Amino acid sequence: MPINILMPALSPTMEKGNLAKWLKKEGEKVKPGDVIAEIETDKATMEVEAVDEGVLAKIVVPEGTADVPVNQLIAVLAGEGEDVKAAAAQAGAGAAPKAAPAPKPSPPPAQAAPAPAAKPAAPPPPPPAQPIVVPPAAQPAKPATDGHGRVFSSPLARRLAKEVGIDIARIAGSGPHGRVIARDVEAAKGGAALKAPAAAPAGATVPAIAPSMSDQQIRALYEEGSYEVVPHDGMRRTIAQRLTASVQTIPHFYLTVDCAIGKLLTAREEINATAPKDKEGKAAYRLSVNDFVIKALALALQRVPEANVSWTEGGMLKHKHSDIGVAVALPAGLITPIVRNAEAKSLSAISNEVKDLVARARARKLKPHEYQGGTSSVSNLGMYGIKDFTAVINPPQSTILAVGAGEERAVVRDGKIEAAQMMSVTMSCDHRAVDGALGAELIGAFKKLIENPVLMVV
Amino acid sequence: MADTSFDIIIIGSGPGGYVTAIRASQLGFKTAIVERDYLGGICLNWGCIPTKALLRSAEIFHYMQHAKDYGLSAEKVGYDAQAVVKRSRAVSKRLNDGVGFLMRKNKVTVIWGEAAIDAPGKVTVKPKGEGPKGALGPGTYQAKHIIIATGARPRVLPGIEPDKKLVWTYFEAMVPDRVPKSLLVIGSGAIGVEFASFFRTLGSDVTIVEVLPQILPVEDAEIAAFARKAFEKQGIKIMTGAKVTKLDKKGDGVTAEIEDGKGQKSSLAVERVISAVGVVGNIENLGLEKLGVKTDRGTIVIDGHCRTNVPGIYAIGDVAGPPMLAHKAEHEGVVCVEAIKGLNPHPMDKLLIPGCTYCQPQIASVGLTEAAAKERKIEVRVGRFPFVGNGKAIALGEDQGLVKVIFDKKTGALLGAHMVGAEVTELIQGYVVAMNLETTEEELMHTIFPHPTLSEMMKEAVLDAYGRVLNI
Repeated sequence: MPINILMPALSPTMEKGNLAKWLKKEGEKVKPGDVIAEIETDKATMEVEAVDEGVLAKIVVPEGTADVPVNQLIAVLAGEGEDVKAAAAQAGAGAAPKAAPAPKPSPPPAQAAPAPAAKPAAPPPPPPAQPIVVPPAAQPAKPATDGHGRVFSSPLARRLAKEVGIDIARIAGSGPHGRVIARDVEAAKGGAALKAPAAAPAGATVPAIAPSMSDQQIRALYEEGSYEVVPHDGMRRTIAQRLTASVQTIPHFYLTVDCAIGKLLTAREEINATAPKDKEGKAAYRLSVNDFVIKALALALQRVPEANVSWTEGGMLKHKHSDIGVAVALPAGLITPIVRNAEAKSLSAISNEVKDLVARARARKLKPHEYQGGTSSVSNLGMYGIKDFTAVINPPQSTILAVGAGEERAVVRDGKIEAAQMMSVTMSCDHRAVDGALGAELIGAFKKLIENPVLMVV
Repeated sequence: MADTSFDIIIIGSGPGGYVTAIRASQLGFKTAIVERDYLGGICLNWGCIPTKALLRSAEIFHYMQHAKDYGLSAEKVGYDAQAVVKRSRAVSKRLNDGVGFLMRKNKVTVIWGEAAIDAPGKVTVKPKGEGPKGALGPGTYQAKHIIIATGARPRVLPGIEPDKKLVWTYFEAMVPDRVPKSLLVIGSGAIGVEFASFFRTLGSDVTIVEVLPQILPVEDAEIAAFARKAFEKQGIKIMTGAKVTKLDKKGDGVTAEIEDGKGQKSSLAVERVISAVGVVGNIENLGLEKLGVKTDRGTIVIDGHCRTNVPGIYAIGDVAGPPMLAHKAEHEGVVCVEAIKGLNPHPMDKLLIPGCTYCQPQIASVGLTEAAAKERKIEVRVGRFPFVGNGKAIALGEDQGLVKVIFDKKTGALLGAHMVGAEVTELIQGYVVAMNLETTEEELMHTIFPHPTLSEMMKEAVLDAYGRVLNI
């Protein structure tokens, strides 16, 4: 009985593929293990090996044919001692259906011989007893899913992943059919590279963190017992991943200016002193220097709208509003809640909103929309006495302002040395979106506003 | 002139070797297998299979003796030892022929004789006996990959060397011309207790001497203690922490000098002695020293894909180290050739190898014992379920036994399962599958076990570990 060779499914989800190349000609002898053809999918090119011995009687689908449905008849093999011509003639007629061995165990060949593909997938078959030919090299693992977003994983792996806060879909599975098993979770926990989140839009994948040293190598540098290993929580992993991605993908440059904040401090005192008080004597607002910084940055972005942007591959997003992120230190990390439309809000409104956001951030009660997005950020380490520093841009924003301590410094004015209240700020810019001169214009606008707070009311 | 060049040559056709050959052939390798004695090796000629045939005779004999318990009558119940042995040999012969058929079916060339590896890639086969029809003979053969699957043989301890007449190894114990009146079994591993069980059932006065403090030393202590009580109830005498220091052979009997843990000596006169003190790998005369193949305490050192330190030379099964079990050898063989093919199989996880002992009552286990889990500083949850709480066990008249499971308290991973009682060797596989799939207690609890079966006890033991046991 001639043997029909059918289009193999190279993966559980494959529906069709391109027949790239025939490596055997009609009339050529084939023995088990011989590579007879190459099949291409959008993901990979794979070799198809013969399971049976015989002569390639007829090639039904010529090479270079695109979109051949899985299980379509592609060739006919004449068995040992069979008439090659007769077998070829029989092609597709009564020949015994026999799937070309799939590189991976695949849905079974449909019962009828040259069944046109797109049949609803049969339930997964038991592993065939016949030899299974698997591609020589393990495929770069993609999450094994059933096409409905379910990640094939062992129950224990799922439980372990949940415990350490790793998304199971991001772990490369090493079990059968790419199933994620416990040891894969252990490896991920130990620092193995994670895959990009499945939900990330195509083309915008965040490169996985690629540590230059393995965990083992790092641990080997320290005496056993001289440290303890604290498992990462989700926030720590997010910080590591996002900021590594930021530094790796965003060309940062930095602009520093010193701002005289004498007028600001005076204005702040006056405003706070005249704040209305409620019955218990509590002031309706109490502005901080940082509230002025937020407002000034928001207005500066309105005055230099070319710098209020986000880089995307498709085009520059020019934002209409100034949504300012405020970096908030937490006991075990940091989060950047966002003051939306800060350009339009009064200082007291900004002040009270920041207080509320910070309180809820510390309680870890922020909702995602309250810390995602934004058009620029403020990171203030002045309260720690830091004079100046640079901050890492929080993508998709293009700028971030690092604010140092306000302090009395000796400055030269009109040829005379005098004491003045000064504050250094450094703006980090994404050079893809904001060039040097534009950045300078933005920080110049900021300096003007912060030094002359009365302009903020204009 | 026959072709002498192969992709893979396997030395030894035991359960490891012949399965490896079939898998290699399936993967498209041109494969040959060298054998010097019996296709199928010890397992199906002198081990697993013929002993199961003997034990089956003993089991049926036992039931016939207890026919009354089931409302039946059987009079003048007896046995013909030679007929029992004859049946056992016939079973082996049938399977031996079966291996020959499988080799032909899978186009594996059989080469008959004694193999040695001259150099990587080169195997010389010297004459030894006569092979089956169609087998190639002595000569020089080439293969890119050489897999050593030569198995193991009984360990010989000084002072208690088997003479094969009065002091037996499993070879002689398997083909006795009569059942000895009294028997001393040295060693209480699977081989020792299976023969003890067989001969006791047929009426021998059996004594087991074990040097370690526990019989069935690899099993969970609780299960071993349960089995010990059952053996003792059957009349088997057991001495643990004791060793046989001397055997005096006189006429048709042996006097053994036994030293207990406190140094107290006693002597025991028996008709026959079985030495079951373990097995050692067959690593000799293969040319391993010359090739520089690394060995350790009588077995070949391999990596997770069964490679030795010499490229092109592999080892699987008993000769490659414990546990010395046929199914371990088979799996190693498959991993070995799949790795050669480049399929990147996972190395075998030795914790997932089940073990079965076919004494009466049967013992079966997989994974960590409770003691081993604690040694690894794992916090555990232990569940137990006794046979007396199972309807099917009571209906069978087999209400003595215990199922024990061990979970990781933190993760819910099933770490081990241990069973003693009727048919447990057929039950253990459920837990083995569960462990392979990395199920936690939750999936096991969600699994529906059919009623009425002995397998219900497996679920009950899981429930017990989490304080949810139902029928006890």
